[in-house]
Amino acid sequence: MLGIATLSGPVHAAALVGIVLAEALLLYVGYGGVFRLAGEDVKAAIEDR
Amino acid sequence: MAVFGVSAVTLATFAGFGALVGLIFGFFGMGSFLVTPTLLVLGYDSTVAVGSGLAFVFGTAVIATLKHRDLGQVEYRLGAVTIAGTTAGIEVGKRGLLALRDAGLADGLVGGAYVILLGTVGTMVLRDVYSDDTSSKSADGGLLAGLADRIPDWVPRRVRLPPRLLVGDDVEISVWSLVLITFVTGLPAGLLGIGGGFVRIPALIYLVGVSMPVAVGTNVFAIMVSGGIGTFSWAQSGGVDLSVVAPLLLGSAFGARLGSAITDHVDEHRSMGYFGAMVVLGAVAVAIRQVGRRLDMPELRVVGIALIVGSAFLVAMLVLASAVRAIRSDDDGGAAPAD
Repeated sequence: MLGIATLSGPVHAAALVGIVLAEALLLYVGYGGVFRLAGEDVKAAIEDR
Repeated sequence: MAVFGVSAVTLATFAGFGALVGLIFGFFGMGSFLVTPTLLVLGYDSTVAVGSGLAFVFGTAVIATLKHRDLGQVEYRLGAVTIAGTTAGIEVGKRGLLALRDAGLADGLVGGAYVILLGTVGTMVLRDVYSDDTSSKSADGGLLAGLADRIPDWVPRRVRLPPRLLVGDDVEISVWSLVLITFVTGLPAGLLGIGGGFVRIPALIYLVGVSMPVAVGTNVFAIMVSGGIGTFSWAQSGGVDLSVVAPLLLGSAFGARLGSAITDHVDEHRSMGYFGAMVVLGAVAVAIRQVGRRLDMPELRVVGIALIVGSAFLVAMLVLASAVRAIRSDDDGGAAPAD
């Protein structure tokens, strides 16, 4: 997957850690935007029952 | 439809399961014990189940740490000492496990120890939370301060040996005490092959004296560092499968953000009750799995996993319901109603 299968052991392992870290950071930023945009509306909807 | 050779249904299932684990992890700072057994039941090789489970926990811990950091709930110096003590404890525990395995005693002893440890920690937390004994709750500091008052003098928190570390605004503790506490909490993690949050978090609360949000935030920070190192190690052995990790992380990123965000809304006393209940249910599930192994009944193992996942789902729903009640109560200008 993602063309890293041909890399050697430690480099492959470091690339996998990097990919997981990058995905986590991307999702943190992405979901952060979603929470900022929709968070107040969801909270208001909960408060309004 | 398939993405990277994995069906859309599998991806959606993983994302949903990831959201559940992420919510638990973001809120309680633990939950790694849910992933690997589930992957094993789904038929993944043990190397992939452990390695991918660890990689997933690493990614989720990154997200949870960032969110807890935003809320000011990560004590980095405490986290650094926690990592040092826990790493040493895990290494010693792991050697103990290997020695037990060589002696042919590992399976029974480890399983039994797991049940006793989970059961004891969970029962103690539940007993403290739901005790009718009002002396356990100090008038000014609530339940946790009351518990701290009852800790005897021989507990490491009272050691004055320098260097000392100021944790938060008012907790000062010897670094040597911290190393000892986190080393001891790391022992079962190495011995049982688990993250150890269910032992470390109560230890940080009851022995060190930090609040539950700070204990959770600092614990996820420590898990992030150790998880990254573990992921690298398992990836070298071919144990990290991105087609498993990526969709799990897609769901858990959402759950972890949500779980971390609602820690400020849910009453700490109630949170501890949920924590204790989940740990006790975990003990029951592990006991069922052990019985299944003894009696050679694999279906009991599946029952154990279903109980673990089911109890996590139930606790996640209770946490969300508590957060919703608290938000509505805040809006009404009153305190959250008691259960």
